[in-house]
Amino acid sequence: MTGLNTQSQTIEFQEPLSLKSGAQLSSYSVEVQTYGKLNAQQSNAVLICHALNASHHVAGIDPESGKTGWWDNMIGPGKPLDTDHYFVIGVNNLGSCFGSTGPMSINPATNLPYGSSFPLMTVEDWVLAQSRVADYFGITQFAAVMGGSLGGMQALSWGIQFPERVRHCLIIASAASLSAQNIAFNEIARSAIMSDPEFYEGNYYAHNATPRRGLRVARMIGHITYLSNDDMAEKFGRDLKRIQGAPQDYKFSFDTEFEVESYLRYQGDKFADYFDANTYLLITRALDYFDPAKNHGGNLSKALQVMQSKSLVISFTTDWRFAPERSREIVKALLDNKKSVTYAEIDAPHGHDAFLLDDERYHAIIRAYFLRMQKEVL
Amino acid sequence: MNPSVIRADFSAIAKWVKPGSTLLDLGCGDGDFLEYMHSQKVVHTYGVEISDFSVLACVERGLDVIQLDLEAGLALFENQSFDMVVLSQTLQTIHETESILKEIVRVGKECVISFPNFAHWSHRIDILLGRMPVSKTLPFDWYNTPNVRVLTIADFEALASQIGIKILDRVVLHEGKEVTWGSNLFGSLAIYRVQSS
Repeated sequence: MTGLNTQSQTIEFQEPLSLKSGAQLSSYSVEVQTYGKLNAQQSNAVLICHALNASHHVAGIDPESGKTGWWDNMIGPGKPLDTDHYFVIGVNNLGSCFGSTGPMSINPATNLPYGSSFPLMTVEDWVLAQSRVADYFGITQFAAVMGGSLGGMQALSWGIQFPERVRHCLIIASAASLSAQNIAFNEIARSAIMSDPEFYEGNYYAHNATPRRGLRVARMIGHITYLSNDDMAEKFGRDLKRIQGAPQDYKFSFDTEFEVESYLRYQGDKFADYFDANTYLLITRALDYFDPAKNHGGNLSKALQVMQSKSLVISFTTDWRFAPERSREIVKALLDNKKSVTYAEIDAPHGHDAFLLDDERYHAIIRAYFLRMQKEVL
Repeated sequence: MNPSVIRADFSAIAKWVKPGSTLLDLGCGDGDFLEYMHSQKVVHTYGVEISDFSVLACVERGLDVIQLDLEAGLALFENQSFDMVVLSQTLQTIHETESILKEIVRVGKECVISFPNFAHWSHRIDILLGRMPVSKTLPFDWYNTPNVRVLTIADFEALASQIGIKILDRVVLHEGKEVTWGSNLFGSLAIYRVQSS
């Protein structure tokens, strides 16, 4: 019904990309989708950065697969980010498994899939690659760069890496660095994948194998952390997985007993079907490494001194994976520098997942923010 | 209610703000005062609000606003980091009176505090007649008022000296006009310019 064109474009880059790790990608391609029209002054472009498992298919319904973009409730004609006014770019990050160059791609030097030899990527590397996507479209300055979670880290990093190329950073359900607890969750997920016998040190493609069991566990642990305790209680409670009318007695087995188990197993299986294990490792590591304050003696305020953009920071009260305190750290660092910033703390019950959901107060703020921005950029 | 009378403190406060200064408006509501300030002089402002509705209204007006519960203090703001901190007709709605007063003089080089004067003669008469006052400056009934700490000019001045707040200036208004004599009796709105002593 949105009528957005979900045709993906592949942008090939021959200029080598020097990565933070010291490694280099000699050539690479980046997958994008765009919605709306870039105006003559190129002033209405908005870049959407994705989080862990998403892609460049941000909005609209893909006519072939029938799949809906991961932020379709936010972006489209008449939506909070209105594609009737803005030119929106969805970009798939390097190292991902949805078309941009990643571990599954063929390494031109060996003619084999990169597999575990694919260089580790950082948020900064992604932003650098995204800046070349901007160059490709002739965009010297984005009206906004916007993302949630890991996507919010990219939006923040845009403000630091390319201060004059972004007018507004929208940093949602994010943090300026992961906490020890967050890194720990990532490590459990990686351990699950790497200890799967089908992992073959990351070269499972050559063995025609997939570390499905590892991916399933990784997704399960992730999923728990994206929901709030209340949300899980409400969704599943202690309900048993039974067909309607069947007795509610325990089966005394390790089969799926509870609804919550059924849900996690389903989510795990679905994920193992479409996601690449090397990509999961790489992206969680990029999350772990992001810490713009590190080069400034741990002082985030100093790290954000260079920013020229205005910022909108949003958090959700029940998000314990990227808790409001972590967003407030960003806000404080911006305030310390007297940067223009607005902060909204949305009282929503859905934990970290809330940033993807259709919450009226949340969407009203984003809508108002972009409406106001129109006066400035259009 | 006539908003020009209710917010008569705006122009009085604006006179104390130097052009180019940084200003923090605590309990900024829909941003009326901030928008007024921007219409008067070049200032760099932030509002602080707890209500979703008011935060949205500020975003619609293009004002920088931080959603925060003032009762929890001002940990987001460094010592003496603002030229002016404004607490305009908000003090009476805060439970943690002492702590917010200490916080604002920590954050602001100068602060403005305004509040409705409970000791205005019309309120005194209401009380004498046995009813809680409802007036232009206290427009609520006892059962639906957001005010949790009603105070008088004399009360405020006593507390200020007790907790180390130096009063630099005072303007007392009634119906938008300055009251120069018998302020605790004839003034319905008190506005102070203060700093940490």
